[in-house]
Amino acid sequence: MSITRDEVAHLARLSRIALSDAELDHLAPQLDQIITAVAQVQEVAAEGIPPTSHATGLTNVFRDDEPAPCLTPAEALGQAPAVEQQRFKVPRILGED
Amino acid sequence: MTTETLVPFAEATERYEPVIGLETHVELGTRTKMFCGCTTTFGAEPNSQVCPVCLGLPGSLPVVNRNAIDYTIRIGLALNCEIASWCRFARKNYFYPDMPKNFQISQYDEPLCTDGYLDVEVSGKIVRAGIERVHLEEDTGKSLHVGGATGRIHGAEYSLVDYNRAGIPLVEIVTRPVPGTGADAPVVARAYVTELRDLVRSLGVSDVRMEEGSLRCDVNVSLAPRGSAVWGTRTETKNVNSLRSVQRAVEFEIERQAAVLDAGGRVKQETRHFHEENGTTTAGRSKEEAQDYRYFPEPDLVPVAPPIEWVAQIKAALPEAPSKVRARLRDEWNVSAPEMDAIVNAGALDLVLQTVAAGASPADARKWWLGELARRANEAGTELAALAITPAQVARVAELVEAGSLNDRLARDVIDAVLAGEGDPDEIVEARGLAVVSDEGALAAAVDEAIAANPEVVAKIRDGKTQAAGVLVGAVMKATRGKADAARVRELILQRLT
Amino acid sequence: MTAAGLSAALASKEVSAAEVTQAHLDRIAAVDGRVHAFLHVAADSALEQAATIDHRRRAGEPLSPLAGVPVAVKDVFTTVGLPTTCGSRILEGWHPPYDATIVQRLKQAGAVILGKTNMDEFAMGSSTENSAYGPSRNPWDLDRIPGGSSGGSSAAVAAYEAPLAIGTDTGGSIRQPAAVCGIVGTKPTYGGSSRYGVVAFASSLDTPGPFGRTVLDAALLHEAMSGYDPMDSTSIDAPVPPVVAAAREADVSGMRIGVVTELSGEGYQSGVLSRFAEAVELLESLGAKVTEVSCPHFRYALPAYYLIAPSECSSNLARFDAMRYGLRAGDDGTRDAEEVMALTREQGFGAEVKRRIILGTYALSSGYYDAYYGKAQQVRTLIIRDFDAAFGQVDVLVSPSTPTTAFGIGERADDPMAMYLADLCTIPSDLAGNAAISVPCGLAPEDGLPVGLQVMAPALADDRMYRVAAAAEAAFTQRWSHPLLAEAKGL
Repeated sequence: MSITRDEVAHLARLSRIALSDAELDHLAPQLDQIITAVAQVQEVAAEGIPPTSHATGLTNVFRDDEPAPCLTPAEALGQAPAVEQQRFKVPRILGED
Repeated sequence: MTTETLVPFAEATERYEPVIGLETHVELGTRTKMFCGCTTTFGAEPNSQVCPVCLGLPGSLPVVNRNAIDYTIRIGLALNCEIASWCRFARKNYFYPDMPKNFQISQYDEPLCTDGYLDVEVSGKIVRAGIERVHLEEDTGKSLHVGGATGRIHGAEYSLVDYNRAGIPLVEIVTRPVPGTGADAPVVARAYVTELRDLVRSLGVSDVRMEEGSLRCDVNVSLAPRGSAVWGTRTETKNVNSLRSVQRAVEFEIERQAAVLDAGGRVKQETRHFHEENGTTTAGRSKEEAQDYRYFPEPDLVPVAPPIEWVAQIKAALPEAPSKVRARLRDEWNVSAPEMDAIVNAGALDLVLQTVAAGASPADARKWWLGELARRANEAGTELAALAITPAQVARVAELVEAGSLNDRLARDVIDAVLAGEGDPDEIVEARGLAVVSDEGALAAAVDEAIAANPEVVAKIRDGKTQAAGVLVGAVMKATRGKADAARVRELILQRLT
Repeated sequence: MTAAGLSAALASKEVSAAEVTQAHLDRIAAVDGRVHAFLHVAADSALEQAATIDHRRRAGEPLSPLAGVPVAVKDVFTTVGLPTTCGSRILEGWHPPYDATIVQRLKQAGAVILGKTNMDEFAMGSSTENSAYGPSRNPWDLDRIPGGSSGGSSAAVAAYEAPLAIGTDTGGSIRQPAAVCGIVGTKPTYGGSSRYGVVAFASSLDTPGPFGRTVLDAALLHEAMSGYDPMDSTSIDAPVPPVVAAAREADVSGMRIGVVTELSGEGYQSGVLSRFAEAVELLESLGAKVTEVSCPHFRYALPAYYLIAPSECSSNLARFDAMRYGLRAGDDGTRDAEEVMALTREQGFGAEVKRRIILGTYALSSGYYDAYYGKAQQVRTLIIRDFDAAFGQVDVLVSPSTPTTAFGIGERADDPMAMYLADLCTIPSDLAGNAAISVPCGLAPEDGLPVGLQVMAPALADDRMYRVAAAAEAAFTQRWSHPLLAEAKGL
């Protein structure tokens, strides 16, 4: 087995997805199957092969430090679920300051 | 808040060796944000400096601000770092409402600058703080926590988020652990942050004001029993918002950790929160497991490979480091190290230099700023730089004194008037008629009057007690409402009587 | 009528933009109830745009070739004034405050945007069955999938609801739908078309591209939508390859064509293989030199892709957290932010998205990174090297576009691994970032459904594959004596 139901539950928590037990029952074996399949990459001998994170080969793409038009507060907040004092209103946050 | 047991500082540092480390964030003063063209003005209306990119709207993409790279290289070079020939940005993944994308674009195992150092002078000794890395990242938004008692997160009902600050370039500077500072640890920590602040300010890349958040500091402290080869567990303390707090935080952690170790316990590796009100630290929210940020190279950005010529250009244009400036001026002005420290600690160095640039002699500039003006600043409870007088104006006053148009007493009057907003020194001298009385006739008349009015004093002077002349000088100054040239008056008195 | 044909008719004022637009809106009204290609039809704004074009043309203004030609836009592109859902509940009702660069360019070219098309949720899928709004249907057989993730765009063009459409290709999401719907679809060189305003699935793979019923149509749209964009750091600052000219030349004599050994064999439907073989023979008869080329690491492209793409998407989709836009669930005043986030994502995301997010989180986790994500990126390098070696021997590579014809709706819906196999042929080009196109090459004898020929060219040599695709298309059209789509029985 490549991945257990508990590990899947843990990953779901890390990804902030509140999976139901039924979903967990359904997804865990599928994920196990998928992970077993993708683990195939480990068969490939890749000593000294550099990883590719960018296919284009571009480097040093910059922009000038010049202001560009931005959104109005109305546009920025227009699709927000809740707004107060021209800010995004969010449920209470637990955690570090 | 739990009350911690503490071991008094002196005792703690006798039996334990502190190792300190500092992690500092500098908000760069670029015109626009790290990855978008939004302006970065401090104090703007909430959510008025945002765009799809810094709001992390679906479909938005980052583009690197060239100046942010430039400024970071400047900082790295000033800290004697190696500049990477090739590096990438990386995503630091975690969920938090002040982060629009729920990942922060930062740098992970390929920082732009590495392996540098910053020397600080404490108690006449040089302490070298190794710099492990200097890297670039984007700042988060700011939250207001509503409903709790203190405005802090605990007990809040909900939060309000402003993303104006999200995306502003932040440079993170991390020291290597600094051992061997002993009882000086708190002072060294403070000196490091001070020196770093001054250095970064001299580069013109940031305001570096702790009160405004453009310089932020986390303090790491660990203790090991004296003579032990193994370092202790370190804690990280956040919310350290002033230089004084840096010092106090290190002190408190040393005292607290010593008590834990004395009791046979183990110091918990954790993040702590510094409390300004009473100089203590308390434990942050405990986490079940260490955060795994799942770093991977940022696919929306391409690698940064600063050309050698660019780095060389930046290096050639670096200004003299503040520590070198101070050393040079110490020689030039022939002042001692403690005197120089006094000037720097009073926040007067720049002002003195500017006053000299405006034409005053270094001695005069120092005299005024560290004397009269320092006194005024103290009275008003402000910093020197906040006084309503400019270096140019101070230089002018010194010039007038030098030329004999003003004496010290009058000069102080003029300065008072400038501070009160009455205008420039020349305007004030004119308006108030404060010029020194240099008319010999008038002076002579006043001297004769004083002599006539004080026979006992005159007798003493004739007897050889020339110090008594001071009384007569005082009388003449009073009679002329302070406008006489005291030295000349004294001359005239002694001429007549000896 | 083809887009090229419409363009000419509009230019000569034989027909007005308003008439063309209305005709397409009528067609949509007639058939989309069954095809379900569109999530949102923008009738009013389309007619407005058309009217403006007509006005400008009457005023004698010079207009670009696509002025007045209707285009359908995959719902992954941000559009001001039109909703952008990405086929997901989590973005239901979201109206972005900005246009994707490509949408801006289409508007500047005067194209008329008919509406937003259906897609697999956040571009994850090969059938549109992962859309939260129900699947689209293949105009050849309404009980079959139109491919995915750009299935809506493909179906719209195949059903004559739009002459042109844009989509995105990350693992094959333009080419595979084009193949199973019997039309042309291109994945341009990665970096050749702007991703600004394209809601990200896998950032290093996503490539916006065109659909058309002919190679020339696709080329016209390709040229209009592509090119350098300073808002996209991965955008290539080079001229768009001359794809329209190449599509018109359609001459393959002397070209070296490589058949990729690894892209055939078990799992490939026999009708697909036979039609493909005929296509290769045809190209040879047109003067091309055909050889077989081995790309040994292509066998690992699928697993590498299903590590890289989910990893990037697990990060890209983290922003959907109920705080700033989109769905917010469970905020009844008792729950904290993290709980609301988790409930929202639970309700707002479908199963495939959840699978990939979890998979990606796993592959990037400390302790697993090297063996999974890291290894996959190394495999990616090896695949790029395979391509480089191959293109050293031949000018273009060919393969079937996808192993089977359109499968039935529901057939693979709950079998992720089976679904992933649809991308077998298309994934290598996404990983390497080179250009690839799918052009119809016949109907499979066993089911009468379209088969696609895939032509792959090196990065920035997009014109080369258009030349080959156009040549094949011309020869096939001659052989069949009618456009393939004329045989579509679905509608």
